[in-house]
Amino acid sequence: MKPAVFDYHAPAIVQEAVELLQRYGEDATVLAGGQSLVPLMNLRLSRPGHVVDLNGVPELDYLTVDGEGIVVGATTRQRTLERSDTVRDLCPLLWRAMPLVGHFQVRNRGTVGGSLAHADPASELPAVALVLQAEVGVVGPTGRRDVKAEDFFIDAYTTALDSAEIVEHVRFPSLPGGTGTAILEVARREGDFAMAGVAASLTLDPEGLCSSARLALFGVGPTPVRVIKAERILEGRAITEELVGEAAAMAVQDLDPSSDVHASAAYRKRVAGVLVRRAIAEALARATGEQT
Amino acid sequence: MAQVALRLKVNGVEHEALVEPRLTLADFLRTDLGLTGTHLGCEHGVCGACTVLLDGEAVRSCLLFAVQTEGHEVITIEGMAQGEELHPIQEAFWEQHGLQCGFCTPGFILSAYNLLQENAQPSEEEIQAAISGNLCRCTGYQSIVASVKAAAEKLQLQRES
Repeated sequence: MKPAVFDYHAPAIVQEAVELLQRYGEDATVLAGGQSLVPLMNLRLSRPGHVVDLNGVPELDYLTVDGEGIVVGATTRQRTLERSDTVRDLCPLLWRAMPLVGHFQVRNRGTVGGSLAHADPASELPAVALVLQAEVGVVGPTGRRDVKAEDFFIDAYTTALDSAEIVEHVRFPSLPGGTGTAILEVARREGDFAMAGVAASLTLDPEGLCSSARLALFGVGPTPVRVIKAERILEGRAITEELVGEAAAMAVQDLDPSSDVHASAAYRKRVAGVLVRRAIAEALARATGEQT
Repeated sequence: MAQVALRLKVNGVEHEALVEPRLTLADFLRTDLGLTGTHLGCEHGVCGACTVLLDGEAVRSCLLFAVQTEGHEVITIEGMAQGEELHPIQEAFWEQHGLQCGFCTPGFILSAYNLLQENAQPSEEEIQAAISGNLCRCTGYQSIVASVKAAAEKLQLQRES
């Protein structure tokens, strides 16, 4: 057998899951879709003594719409979002990100909460959460709290979650009218981890000036990186090709990606700049209605 | 080492077993049930050889613990043919030379099954995206894409008749 020995717990409600995590502390781990955790366990890079499986907690698996946006339960499968017309219509950036997450066989199991809690530096969902100013609903022994996406991702594979806390839901606020979004990445093969990627959201005012720009890069640092200086170049102005080039150059100026077997730091930086330029152009075309 | 009672349906047959929690579904199918058509390549979710259907959806059986399938239904490659009669997807792979050594084939067939359930007439790009999570080291994929196309046509004819 590949993984080390563990005790298996299948709580039926959130409270029970939190109690189990509190009881076993650092020796326990949460199992959601298992598409990142189980490979680590099979390679024995992760050897938890206790596995708390959230798949039997029905209250975590849902997708709802309220006046302010959509709320996705933590164990909602990525594939559910990919197939959802509601997500496509109300949260198109999230919808467009889904086909980039692994392969469809992985998305059949992989969950939204799991992807955020795992916080892989190359993963798409954290960057989307950052761009959309999502709020992560967290539950733990002392109760519930909402954590802004910008405060959630601390370091590679490290989030603001305490050891006995779990993600309960994620709230993606609706975007104002006149907004266009895009997500682009470059990977060696379809479904592979991104060597560089960018999620973008642009809002135009009735005069056609950019009233709000949000750009987050992924795969180029330990956490998704919001590039505020580049956003400021776009905001308050009519977006021209020249301005897009300026913003793209600014977006990668301070990046410090690492080199690994997949790509050198210089390559990642260069690709990131190109992707930022394309993503701004694509988001702009959607904001003006030239592209769907 | 505590064993856990497990009951699930595999290829239409109910099974009961006592398993260690760390036993993956792939190992359970192969070792406990003798269903060795589910192949293990990488055992960490990259190669797709171990793909099975869990409640009708293609998943990697090396990334599921058997205990997680309690009360669920699994279909493996052994569940595709009806007696001596191959499933139309299997027929298509045979006719279009969609396999050489055959190691990756069970995974490809179950991935194709899930694709064609949801999208009866996929484009070439959609086929490529759907099989991108399955690795083949022999064919170069061209004949596999042709097989999935041919399978879509066979299934279409079957529905019409």
